[in-house]
Amino acid sequence: MAKITITVNGVKHTKAVEDRTLLVNFLRDELGLTGTHVGCDTSQCGCCTVHVNGRAVKSCTMVAAQANGTSVVTIEGMAKKNKLHPIQQAFSECHGLQCGFCTPGMIMATAGLLKDNPNPTEEEIYKGLEGNLCRCTGYINIVKAVKRSAKLLRGKH
Amino acid sequence: MYALKYVQPKSVKEAAAFLAANPEAKLLSGGMTLIPTLKQRLARPTHLVDISQLAELAKIEVKAGKLVVGAGARHHTVATSAVVKKAIPALAGLAAEIGDPQVRNCGTIGGSVANNDPAADYPAAVLGLNATVVTTKREIPADKFFQGMFTTALNDGEIVLRVEFPLVKRAAYSKFHHPASGYAMAGVFIAQVADGVRVAVTGAGPGVFRWKEAEAALAKSLKPAALEGLKLNSSNFNSDMHADREYRANLVRVMAGRAAAKLSGKK
Repeated sequence: MAKITITVNGVKHTKAVEDRTLLVNFLRDELGLTGTHVGCDTSQCGCCTVHVNGRAVKSCTMVAAQANGTSVVTIEGMAKKNKLHPIQQAFSECHGLQCGFCTPGMIMATAGLLKDNPNPTEEEIYKGLEGNLCRCTGYINIVKAVKRSAKLLRGKH
Repeated sequence: MYALKYVQPKSVKEAAAFLAANPEAKLLSGGMTLIPTLKQRLARPTHLVDISQLAELAKIEVKAGKLVVGAGARHHTVATSAVVKKAIPALAGLAAEIGDPQVRNCGTIGGSVANNDPAADYPAAVLGLNATVVTTKREIPADKFFQGMFTTALNDGEIVLRVEFPLVKRAAYSKFHHPASGYAMAGVFIAQVADGVRVAVTGAGPGVFRWKEAEAALAKSLKPAALEGLKLNSSNFNSDMHADREYRANLVRVMAGRAAAKLSGKK
């Protein structure tokens, strides 16, 4: 067993887990944060995207012990006091989802993209979301939502 | 994943000692290949020895005419490093095209070259730029390092410390992405080095290789036209559901042409 301490959405958690526990299973099964989804479980779909020390990663492809001592943000850490995060708001306004399964990962990937590039072109949005799959929307409204997110985050409405 | 133990050594020295004492332990760096392999139960190491957080492996600097990239440097770091962009912009560009953003935030250059996936990008840069892979035991020139599909000159317990790239006049990389995985269906790295031109091809064959005919032709003229009609031995090229042998051979020619066009500024 590995004793690990991870700060998740600002709250410090110390747990003993099996060494082979994946970060996504730690978040879902140990902490009950089921907003982070397991889609493909083969690091292709990006549904499990979370931020570790500020960088977007696929939490199904990292053992929890690797995240020991880090600060993790999941989809549950985005909204503040019942107020949607601007990216969540944009996805809602632009109908950037249908079934919603990929959405937590899309939002975390979008947050990662906009941190590096606050005003991406359409091409850069395609590249920035390359690690995330959506099987419903055809991506058109997701790209719109990312553009809208960028505007909201830059303080434009 | 089978049960295993995770350990995090505090230094390369400690990691090397651990590997020597535990022959079935495996090094973990970015984990972008290793973790999926373990999840598929294709490997069963006793321990994961995580060296990804060792600061001594993360350094990127220009030293004595060489760009030195620590084995633990993440793809995102290499892609955005001002030092790399200035020294060998083609290398930063290559790193920016690996996988997807999440993969680039984790994967490392040391992991990529040690794994030597036949469709990985870094081996093309390491071979094309005639780089040297420095390990805990020795210095290995690129021409001796890569030995075919998932095979390198590395011995058991040997750890890649850094890759040293000679600064070159010009270099360019052109890649045809597999549309789903992002791996290279064919990627060609061309570098104008001190004594000629080197052309390294990844994605097409069982491992990265030098296209000698193209090197000779481009040494005379760097223009894409120099590549026309050249011999390309594709007898051992990969042939699968994504691309057959002939298609891959054509991709190599097209990617080489594009890389040459980038170098010469000509279409």
